[in-house]
Amino acid sequence: MRGIRTIRRYFRDAAKSLVRNFSLSLASISCITITLIVVALSIVISYNIEQIASKIKQDVTMVIFIDNDATSEEVENIGNQIKIIDNVEEVTFKSKEESANELAESDSTFNTVTQEWTDDTNPLLDSYMIKVKDIEKIHDTANEIKKIDKINTVNYGEDMINQILPVFEVIDKVCIGAVIALIIVTAFLIANTIKLAIFARRTEIEIMRLVGASNISIKVPFIIEGLFLGGIGAIIPIIVTIYGYTALYDYFGGTLFSSNLAQIITPVPFVYIISVILLIIGMLVGMFGSYRAVKKYLKI
Amino acid sequence: MELIRIVDVQKTYKNGVVALYDFNLSIKKGEFVFVIGASGSGKSSLIKMLYREEKPDKGEIIIGGINVAKLKNRKVYILRRKLGVVFQDFKLLPKLTVYENVAFALEVFACDKKEIYHRVMQVLELVGLKNKVRQYPNQLSGGEQQRVVIARAIVNKPKLLICDEPTGNLDPDTSMEIMQVLEQINNMGTTIIMATHDRDIVNRMKKRVIVINEGKLVKDYEKGQYVNERY
Repeated sequence: MRGIRTIRRYFRDAAKSLVRNFSLSLASISCITITLIVVALSIVISYNIEQIASKIKQDVTMVIFIDNDATSEEVENIGNQIKIIDNVEEVTFKSKEESANELAESDSTFNTVTQEWTDDTNPLLDSYMIKVKDIEKIHDTANEIKKIDKINTVNYGEDMINQILPVFEVIDKVCIGAVIALIIVTAFLIANTIKLAIFARRTEIEIMRLVGASNISIKVPFIIEGLFLGGIGAIIPIIVTIYGYTALYDYFGGTLFSSNLAQIITPVPFVYIISVILLIIGMLVGMFGSYRAVKKYLKI
Repeated sequence: MELIRIVDVQKTYKNGVVALYDFNLSIKKGEFVFVIGASGSGKSSLIKMLYREEKPDKGEIIIGGINVAKLKNRKVYILRRKLGVVFQDFKLLPKLTVYENVAFALEVFACDKKEIYHRVMQVLELVGLKNKVRQYPNQLSGGEQQRVVIARAIVNKPKLLICDEPTGNLDPDTSMEIMQVLEQINNMGTTIIMATHDRDIVNRMKKRVIVINEGKLVKDYEKGQYVNERY
């Protein structure tokens, strides 16, 4: 009973001092709000960049052409050999007839030309379209495929990949680095604001100690207050994230530059995950900031 | 019965200043003791050690069975619950009313609300502020503020009341009023130890007086023996 009363008192005290020190609370909450919005923004941007980058990576297709003299059995055999290679994700066969049809559909001039072709005179080659699991290993995979008999050419835009891969690597690192750095900066900023707020209340802490409050009964209400501050400070960033991101998504229709490659992340559950992250950052940093600041005034 | 025993206490501050040296003192339960001495004599250090704001480097300070010198930081509250402290600069919380300021000291014990109300009103009546419960500290005079501090200090019925220059900021008449309140509290059985500069008060009260000079106890006058002496 006494324990429950004490815990209730901790929460009541925390809520009371939040109201009583309204201007200080407001300052802390605004600081948390602003920094969390920046964090939310950075998460949204970096995850979308990553998403687009990985989409582009996934879209890289390797095309191999098979010698014209290969029998249909050999062609199938080649397909099976490719499928068992580790890094191969997906293999699609495209016969020379299909290629010819595609060509015919793309242009009326080609249409006339291809109609002249028979099975034997069709100059196109049977091909396999291959998607790989890990684009970084695409060179090795290509070399492995080249070793298979009756393969005419392996084509995968080598130069483009050589240029694009390091760029993606940098983007990856910069995004992760930016988010982590921002979270750390946020933590410091919030902790500092709370420290200032508590500095203004050091007499209160001193008096609490003088009248015989145990350290823990001084600390706990402050920690709960920090949790409240963090939680309240996260409300606006969460609303901004949920509604703002959804609105943006709708505005762009899900893709940037109307390109299929630049698809942005669908709002659900993305915005909810960010919301939870923001709430957790706010609360944890609020609590920890309060704890650190109070502890300083509890010595002697 | 002995309430405070100080044995061979020594205190040197980090900057090398010796605050107390070979200090011995014994105070019985129910006594009223003045501690006098020039600025920098060490009386403030002594007072601060009694409520464990400072720790002695050597020696023992035993208050009501607690060895203050060995008390860990997180256990200080055990000592503080047994004593009340009154300061020259009041240390009231400006955003709390008179009632809340006094109740604050009881709330840390998680007392029952009714119990708190009863007890707070009792002490506020004792110090003569029953009609000012809803006012804020800045609406009170210095003397009234000091009464609130006294009320807060005695609300949990401490055995010992430590006063660090409680009349330092008050005019002579108000100071005497405060002294009357303190005497009343002393008569109810609370031991009082009070550091002061105010010789006038010390002369009038006729209590035990100890004189500190350069960190040493130089004189210990029994009750009524002290006559306006230069120090």
